[in-house]
Amino acid sequence: MGVKRRSGGFVLRVNPILCDGFGHCGELAPELVHIDEWGYPIITATPVALSNLAELESARYAVRGCPRQALAIERVPDPA
Amino acid sequence: MIPATSLPRLLHQSSGRPLTLAQHEEAFAGVTRSGPVFDHLEASGLTGRGGAAFPTFRKAKLIREQRGHHKFMVVNAMEGEPASHKDQTLLNTNPHLVLDGAEFLASIVGAKDIAVCVSREASTSVNNLKRAIHERERRSSRGAKLELHTPPHRYVAGEESALVHWLDDNQSLPQYRPGRPHILRIGRGPVLLDNAETCAHVGLIGRYGADWFRSVGSAQHPGTTLVSVSGAVPNPVVVEVALGTPLRQILESANADARPQAVLLGGYGGSWIDPALLDTPYGNDTFGAHGVSVGAGVVLVLPREGCGLVETQRIVKWMANESARQCGPCAFGLPALADDLSHLTQSTRDVQFAYQRLVERCGIIEGRGACRHPDGVIHLIRSALAVFAADIEAHLRGNPCAGSRSPRHYATVPSLEREEELVWE
Repeated sequence: MGVKRRSGGFVLRVNPILCDGFGHCGELAPELVHIDEWGYPIITATPVALSNLAELESARYAVRGCPRQALAIERVPDPA
Repeated sequence: MIPATSLPRLLHQSSGRPLTLAQHEEAFAGVTRSGPVFDHLEASGLTGRGGAAFPTFRKAKLIREQRGHHKFMVVNAMEGEPASHKDQTLLNTNPHLVLDGAEFLASIVGAKDIAVCVSREASTSVNNLKRAIHERERRSSRGAKLELHTPPHRYVAGEESALVHWLDDNQSLPQYRPGRPHILRIGRGPVLLDNAETCAHVGLIGRYGADWFRSVGSAQHPGTTLVSVSGAVPNPVVVEVALGTPLRQILESANADARPQAVLLGGYGGSWIDPALLDTPYGNDTFGAHGVSVGAGVVLVLPREGCGLVETQRIVKWMANESARQCGPCAFGLPALADDLSHLTQSTRDVQFAYQRLVERCGIIEGRGACRHPDGVIHLIRSALAVFAADIEAHLRGNPCAGSRSPRHYATVPSLEREEELVWE
């Protein structure tokens, strides 16, 4: 099962209506999130493999550290 | 009965006054349809006329297959686009055709309530619909219950999720819908939402059947469509044309400028096209090859005297003000784009810098709003940068065209309201 879970990829998604531009995600997951000139996140659109544990962990930090709870990790079946 | 190949269909018998129920039933009598309306809708190949051109049958089928004993049918006649008058014209000509279509669609999906939504500032349409609904109530009514709703007159209020949000929660704000296809709901009831013109077409298909509907138009996109022509025309008009009619012919029938500098197609979130494309047949299949969508049927003609960049700047400035200000990239990004554009058209210093920043910001903002409002603006700006490339060269050299200094403008843009005056409820 453990092996199975590591197949596929994930993307970080932001709900732009909830997001108020606190910018915590840009510090918690700098490899996935860039902050634009107004303080809102620009998230890498290409899926990251779930086996990339370091990035998955920082994505989780970003999700938990978001003051507006606007972030979510979405699994995608095929790591492109 | 309207002969199959004669036009107009939707605007049949336009006498300046809306048809009463008795007149309507007389004018559109002679039912020839056989079999259920659902099959005819599938065979007709009707696509949504609100802008997205999604097949109406597939949308209706999706909602029909949903569980839930309380479904809603919503007719979208909001028409927030200042250059579009088609829904208004339709409701001032024959409101009963729209209501017929709405009742057919409601019976297909099993909806018990029909909500007809018109902007509260379109007072003629509101009055016509009130009268039409009253006439229908006096007749023995079976089927779904009709109700008129008047959301605020905002550009994004006509966006489907904003409209359903208003019906559900009295706020005309778009909603975040991550998964596709997303089913809109009022309370827990699934909602089928169609444009007023789409409903009118369904009204005709329900009476005459799919073969009649397909007898005009191209094979891929059959039927007719309403086109609002404005800009360099004597009077802004709404014409009904068969899909696949060359754009030049549409301009001729509206007495528009025969040699325009450019044409804005699809609306204020649409795209400018070069006059070289004027002979392209009107429709999403043919214009789609050029990355252009015919959208909600807006054609804005820009004459040679005008300046496309100034028109774009005016439109973008208004669109920026119409943002619901829910998403940061739209609330802050669109005013920034409008600033860059006015810098590009009016200033003589740092124009090169403003141009580069504009292109960069377009790439940054795209696809980051909850609805497609910012994407539409970016589409418009990109098409303007491509079509008016020579003008941009001139502006960058500090030698702008005469049109950019002229006080005459061609795109209808309402006066800007201050932010605290905007009404969302």
